[in-house]
Amino acid sequence: MLDVVWLIPALPLAGFVILVLFGRRLGEPRAGYLAAAMCGGGFVVTALTFFDMLSKNAEERSHVVDLFTWIPVGSLEVKMAFLADPLSITMALFVTGIGTLIHLYAVGYMHGDPKFSKFFIYLNLFAFSMLMLVLGENLLVTFLGWEGVGTCSYFLISFWHTRESAATAGKKAFVTNRVGDWGVMTAMFLAFASVGTLSYKGINDAAIGGSLSQVTATAIALMLFVGACGKSAQLPLYIWLPDAMEGPTPVSALIHAATMVTAGVFLMTRMNPVIHEAYTWAPMIIAVVGAATALFAATIAVAQNDIKKVLAYSTVSQLGYMFLAVGSGAYVAAIFHMVTHAFFKALLFLGSGSVIHGMHHEQDMRRMGALRKLMPVTAVTFIIGWLAIAGVPPFAGFWSKDEILLYVYANNRALYVVGLVTALLTAFYMTRQVIMVFFGEARWNDHSEEHGAHGDFKPHESPKIMLLPLVVLAGLSIVGGALQLPFTKDLHFLEKWLEPVIEHGEASIKGSWAYDNKYVLMGVAIVVALAGIAAAVSVYAKKKVKAIEPEILANGWFYDRLVSNFMGGPGRKAFDVVAWTDANVIDGAVRGTGVAVRSASGVTRRLQSGFVRAYAAIIAVAVLVMLVWFVYRGIA
Amino acid sequence: MFAAEAARGASLSFPILTALVLVPAIGGILTILTSNRRPESTKFVALVASTVTAGLSIWLLSSFETADAGFQFVSQHPWIRDWGIGWHVGVDGISLFLVVLTGLLFPLVIAGVDPHHDHKRYLGWMLVLEAGVMGSFISLDLFLFFLFFEIVLVPMYFLIGGWGYDKRIYAATKFFLYTMFGSAFMLVGIIATAVLAKNSLGYVTFDLVKLGEGADFATSTGRWLFMAFAIAFAVKVPLFPLHTWLPDAHTQAPTGGSVILAGVLLKLGTYGFLRFGLYLFPEASVWARPLFLTLAVVGILWGAIAATMQKDLKRLVAYSSVAHLGFIVLGTFAFTSQAITGGVMQMVNHGVSTGALFLLVGMIYERRHTREISELKGLQSVAPIFAAAFMVVMLSSIGVPGLNGFVGEFLILIGSFGNARWWVVVGATGVILAALYLLWAYQRVFHGEPDEANSSFEELRPREGMLLLAFIAAIVFTGVFPKPMLDRIEPSVKALVTHVEERTGRELEFTEKEIAPVDHSADKKSDEKSEGHGG
Repeated sequence: MLDVVWLIPALPLAGFVILVLFGRRLGEPRAGYLAAAMCGGGFVVTALTFFDMLSKNAEERSHVVDLFTWIPVGSLEVKMAFLADPLSITMALFVTGIGTLIHLYAVGYMHGDPKFSKFFIYLNLFAFSMLMLVLGENLLVTFLGWEGVGTCSYFLISFWHTRESAATAGKKAFVTNRVGDWGVMTAMFLAFASVGTLSYKGINDAAIGGSLSQVTATAIALMLFVGACGKSAQLPLYIWLPDAMEGPTPVSALIHAATMVTAGVFLMTRMNPVIHEAYTWAPMIIAVVGAATALFAATIAVAQNDIKKVLAYSTVSQLGYMFLAVGSGAYVAAIFHMVTHAFFKALLFLGSGSVIHGMHHEQDMRRMGALRKLMPVTAVTFIIGWLAIAGVPPFAGFWSKDEILLYVYANNRALYVVGLVTALLTAFYMTRQVIMVFFGEARWNDHSEEHGAHGDFKPHESPKIMLLPLVVLAGLSIVGGALQLPFTKDLHFLEKWLEPVIEHGEASIKGSWAYDNKYVLMGVAIVVALAGIAAAVSVYAKKKVKAIEPEILANGWFYDRLVSNFMGGPGRKAFDVVAWTDANVIDGAVRGTGVAVRSASGVTRRLQSGFVRAYAAIIAVAVLVMLVWFVYRGIA
Repeated sequence: MFAAEAARGASLSFPILTALVLVPAIGGILTILTSNRRPESTKFVALVASTVTAGLSIWLLSSFETADAGFQFVSQHPWIRDWGIGWHVGVDGISLFLVVLTGLLFPLVIAGVDPHHDHKRYLGWMLVLEAGVMGSFISLDLFLFFLFFEIVLVPMYFLIGGWGYDKRIYAATKFFLYTMFGSAFMLVGIIATAVLAKNSLGYVTFDLVKLGEGADFATSTGRWLFMAFAIAFAVKVPLFPLHTWLPDAHTQAPTGGSVILAGVLLKLGTYGFLRFGLYLFPEASVWARPLFLTLAVVGILWGAIAATMQKDLKRLVAYSSVAHLGFIVLGTFAFTSQAITGGVMQMVNHGVSTGALFLLVGMIYERRHTREISELKGLQSVAPIFAAAFMVVMLSSIGVPGLNGFVGEFLILIGSFGNARWWVVVGATGVILAALYLLWAYQRVFHGEPDEANSSFEELRPREGMLLLAFIAAIVFTGVFPKPMLDRIEPSVKALVTHVEERTGRELEFTEKEIAPVDHSADKKSDEKSEGHGG
């Protein structure tokens, strides 16, 4: 089964090609079902591969499949090759699994859209690219997927491109990501210059074997992290992700929550031996940036009123958590949180999409409320997602967050405090969201009069095809924690499974205070989560305390505006100066030369007057001068 | 005395290279001779001539000996014996794809883009242009090369001046004079090279191979001569800051002219650097490295920034060429197999994607009679297929992996990194800017709600679709499976790098810096080798 791993991305690719050729003819809903089937086929192949891998010994679980030589020049030989190992198959499982669910959901969500089939063209292309990213055997194949998902993200964010804001958001996402891509490219150059290969095995072996110098390892790690900051929306490059919510909600769930944005975490995990080889301050930088992003984004989420914006900032924050884990050496915990986050965040986004759908494209939470009765399935599943992300046991998010905090505590207590505060805020803003949307009084008819658009309207529950994915994801959000339970070593399924890829597991913190007292930390985490929930209930449900939602938080600390103002102001001016210099100084010199030559010839032209006597005079003078010169020379 | 040198590599009994020049040249003359009253016969003759040339270039490609680094299909006839000037032509991996590109691009342009008046003279000049470009790419004699290099200017001058837009005369004159200015230096350089080479060779010759292998110049002489050639090529590329003729020429040229100008004419400069600069003056080109690397990187950023601020879509594409050609020069002066192979490949890639971009901009102009970005809006809503074609071509130009532009750009950067680390780090930021200027332009032209003037924008016509399909097929194929192309380019590039290394006594080719030395990695290294990574 391992030999046909190439089928996993090939199926969505086939779907893409078929839809490009016949998508319009297939129409709604067949185009959507075809796309979902292709993604589902990928899931089936991945699952079979997974079971095949399970039946093998740990050492035999890494398998390379070469398709063809992609870019061979001299000592550089890049193969179009796939690496099937526990890490890539884990990624592929949840990418295809959640991907299929979201494809199905989108059949319902995109109902009636004039560009229905086009949406699925992009969605299949995205699935293909994402699978190339995770299954790549070397950095360049991963980069192919990396850029592919970025491009699809651009297409899908600006899917409703007649809307100016959607078009701008798409462009912003692509360009910001390109800053990160510059980092990944530089990391590849460094790796090739020092190791002579781009294959993960080659680079990681060099790092493990000690032939990669510490300086180079640090440079590679940090350059990859620059790329991760772009793709996974970390400070200072996160600004594109909140804007990316302009895209249709299934896109937000699939690309901007569950899969693409975790690519940075995946890449860092893939290259963990290199990070291990780097100076210790390199992972420290990663951890600090992750913690800072987690806290920063959580504070912003507290004051958002757009149902999707809350989730967007929450995603940025949770990704920060994953980088905090990566920087603390807790790669298993990072992947664990990535998986559980994919479950509950996809669930929350799809739930919010269901709400938006049922509310006739209303996204402002201030105009929602009391929806639990009208949208029971959406409400129940959303509440499950909320409990998972808030860190309430036994839901999935609790276990993965707890695991991260354990490692962070063992590494750096200051960052642990940041992590705890973030957890508190997370519980708070998510509770706020659930209350504003599903509880309290109904506020959705307030505005229909002022707009006079469609009078009274009643929110409705979404069709079954949209609810099915919600139910499945809710189930996963409940039991997802079972992947890695902290109680005994036997329950560390994920850690054992990933052991061939991640060498430095729990051993690195064994003997620390945190490790010996993990139940204390667990207790603290539960208290913090409940405190956050209680605080939000007293503010938003019981209204005992007045809500504090300062302007500065609603505006994201004005960071985005600062960047935009800089780009539109001094940045643009500088560009204008270059364009002006080009047109006036550089080309001015060229034109100046032309003018100078012409005027000089204008002067010399006068010499050619046509009067014979003038020519004769000039000849006479010249002869005289020459004569004098020869005579003078002759004497000397 | 010339017969002694036997033709190496593949050769055919048919003088295919000579035919590649003669067929379009004769076709051009025949086109002029056709009757004015029957325009369809004029076009027929032009199409036949260019299609036959295309067929010949495909034949050339299929008979090319892949692993052979030397010149193939060589044909050699003395012309002016006393000065050692002869008809010496041949192709190697460096020129092969440029010849093929030229061969394929012309019939596509002739079939796909019509001039707005006077078909006969337009097509005549086109074919003369093709003959000149072909001649330049296959010449292995300095005098012959110069001849073709200059011949090219004449038809291009008339194409811009005769079929261009409002400021066509200004642009055509600027193009002609600027390039002539550069060529003047080269002419002096060529004559001086031949004369001065007599000191080491014992006879006067303009033969490239004889000069390259046998001639030996004093260090300072070599540098002067190199700079004389370099100025001509730098203008042609065009290299910053000698680039300002390009936006004018491109913007004012008719669509067909722009496609050819971007597609093949600019490559005469980058090709010239490789074929004549590096090969004849290895010491001088290594000496001039810092200068050209710097100008290349400045050009990448400068061209991209200037492109961002353009208000005219065609001018924007023209400035993007300055940036793209900067990458190629960067690769050229990095002196590694990867970088130069990438550079050669990028010459072809740029021809395909920028050529296609000019076609698309031409189609927009034809429909809307404007190239002002601010006049265009929301075209994706009215013409989605047109927009999709533009998108694919644009992504290729941005350098998205899986499409052709990425392979070349990546090879240039990764190959240059070992020798020119900081230049690469700075130059690679050009990929960010490329996304910025193209996506911003795309957003303004294609996104948004179309206003009244744009709402009747016509969708892609079948003929236009077929034309673009050819370009897009090349874009995708080269991006996914570049191996056949790289396999043919690389041996010749490697030979050139080795030539430079031997002459300068410097090690330029890439080596892994950290794997090799120390004891603990000794057995690791052999492991690497057996896996085929280390080789």
